Amino acid sequence: MEITSCALWTLVHGLGFGALYLLACSGALVELYRITISASPAESTPGQERFLKVYFLTMVALAWAAVLTGAYVIYPWYRAAPPPGTTDLSMFPQRLLMSSPTTIGWHSVGMEWKEHVAWFVPISITMVAFVFIRYGRDLKNHRKLRAAVLSFAAASFVAAGIAGFFGAMINKYAPVQGGHTIQLSQGKER
Amino acid sequence: MIMPNSALSRNAPTLTNGSGAAAILAAGIGTLALAVLACAGDKSAAVKSSLIFYKPTGPLSGVTTAAILAWLFTWGILEWRWRNKTVGVERIAAIALALLGLSLLLTFPPVVDLF
Repeated sequence: MEITSCALWTLVHGLGFGALYLLACSGALVELYRITISASPAESTPGQERFLKVYFLTMVALAWAAVLTGAYVIYPWYRAAPPPGTTDLSMFPQRLLMSSPTTIGWHSVGMEWKEHVAWFVPISITMVAFVFIRYGRDLKNHRKLRAAVLSFAAASFVAAGIAGFFGAMINKYAPVQGGHTIQLSQGKER
Repeated sequence: MIMPNSALSRNAPTLTNGSGAAAILAAGIGTLALAVLACAGDKSAAVKSSLIFYKPTGPLSGVTTAAILAWLFTWGILEWRWRNKTVGVERIAAIALALLGLSLLLTFPPVVDLF
């Protein structure tokens, strides 16, 4: 069982940071919804408050890690231009997708949207975390702020979902390949 | 009428809403800046080439870097102006969400192709 370094980075970006963000965001949305719908949310203990602050900061780190690895590690491999005369485009995902009318949409709609919309996620969740940490217990006195924060957190979930969906589909039709081969385990014939 | 301490703490915010409103509006402006730059880069070859800050990533590097700088700059200015003020957060949040919605539309390629 082996994996290339490019595929491993893609895995870290998509499953490590992206999917973990989506999971964390679903939990954050439930908590934000719970405190938003209540006119006067129940007082949380200092321990619960600290946990939520760490939770939101972890989400911020995941969101930035996902977009930065996506844009500066994986995207250059995705958009690499093949040398003139190259017929095997398997190492050039963008060109591979663009070479067929049945797959071009995954680039022209999917990647073109994903590469930009994904950045709404760290911007939104950084704001959410800032408001949550700055206001702390006092947030219970700012119902309209809570509602706005919940809306942006929901938008970040949608944007991460769009980026994650297109990322998975693009990697299915034109996976990023190459780099060193990493041996994970020796297979045995059964 | 004297209110009990618990009721007071529930009804009297100790922080003004200006700081939160500044962060919310700046986030909306940041996403719009990103969408507008992406759109401009798509429509103009000159803008596109000027947005290549890091060649392997292409114009995306400039679009995102410039948008993040615009977001942080706007946030800093708004925070400075509103930090200790109470502002109309409902209207500001509505504007920020409208900007976010517009940004989502402006980054959607079929919409960009309409221009």
